Amino acid sequence: MPELSRRRALTAAAVVAGAPFAAATAARAAEPHHDAHGGSHDSPESFDEVYRGRRIQGRPATGSGHHHGGGYAVYVDGVELHVMRNADGSWISVVSHYAPVSTPRAAARAAVDELQGARLEPFPAG
Amino acid sequence: MTVRKNQASLTSDEKRRFVAAVLELKRNGRYDAFVTTHNAFILGDTDNGERTGHRSPSFLPWHRRFLLEFERALQSVDASVSLPYWDWSADRSPRSSLWAPDFLGGSGRSRDGQVMDGPFAASAGAWPINVRVDGRTYLRRALGAGVRELPTRSEVDSVLAMATYDMAPWNSASDGFRNHLEGWRGVNLHNRVHVWVGGQMGTGVSPNDPVFWLHHAYIDKLWAQWQRRHPGSAYLPGGGTPDVVDLHETMKPWNDTAPADLLDHTAYYTFDALDADRPARAVAG
Repeated sequence: MPELSRRRALTAAAVVAGAPFAAATAARAAEPHHDAHGGSHDSPESFDEVYRGRRIQGRPATGSGHHHGGGYAVYVDGVELHVMRNADGSWISVVSHYAPVSTPRAAARAAVDELQGARLEPFPAG
Repeated sequence: MTVRKNQASLTSDEKRRFVAAVLELKRNGRYDAFVTTHNAFILGDTDNGERTGHRSPSFLPWHRRFLLEFERALQSVDASVSLPYWDWSADRSPRSSLWAPDFLGGSGRSRDGQVMDGPFAASAGAWPINVRVDGRTYLRRALGAGVRELPTRSEVDSVLAMATYDMAPWNSASDGFRNHLEGWRGVNLHNRVHVWVGGQMGTGVSPNDPVFWLHHAYIDKLWAQWQRRHPGSAYLPGGGTPDVVDLHETMKPWNDTAPADLLDHTAYYTFDALDADRPARAVAG
């Protein structure tokens, strides 16, 4: 799929106007809600932004049969990214599984960085 | 009896046979089943739910069994092959012979992370990435990009000094040897190496990179070294722990082996040397 990746990358580059917005919100997103992580599993807030030319969204998930992220779902260009919340409140995703970050938005951004424009595969239903 | 050797001391013939056996498992489809199994456990193991392959006491015996299955598969292709281990505290540079074109190939190019040399490069045509989380079908790496330094020998020693195998709550928040070796807490050994390699090694489908086996063979060796240092320390928990594999409980997906059956590696294989850090090189001068 190199052709697809390249097209995606070019698309991402064309929409790079979205990047300043993403950069402006990056600092805020990087601040963990430490007070909300004290063992309780209240869900983080929803988010919806364009980061490096790609739409990333996150929201509390209801009736989750296959979610292991403490009832929270993350999407990259509409495709669900499997995320998981660690006991200390940090987050990982299936494309960055060994490097915890502080919020699901940070996990979504780490995924966009790692994907380098490639499309995400829907994760197997089981 | 299988002897697992330091990758740095393999002869060219041993490297060639190991690579050929791995490529044959890829060709006949058996390799990708290992990737699928690993990713299923990565997705399914959770801190507050059932956990078996990762973030739990059975991280070590689960991977020991997983590696045994893979090693047996290799040996069904070539009976002379065993799993080498990568002591990343010693061979800690992208210029290590591990990453040479006659073995695993090197780092990926900067544009897209694609590995361009060695037997597992997409251009060699024998290593399609089929079990994947994104659209890219080529092996990727970014050695040293995600994190600058591999763990040092003194960091390894600080973890080997921990006398308690594992502790409640038996997950990524635990204190004790297992979780510090796994890396969710403290100096971070195992997890950090995945991040250092980058590419598929940083994802749930990390066995797509053959270095996965050499990394875990060394993690497994560190478990054996820890046992030698702490002969009075046992696998924990001993029984009755919800969502966690106790000493005598069988593990998925095999359902026929408990951690207790896997504590003694010498029933299955030995190492070139267990106590000395770099025996082969000492001999070689």
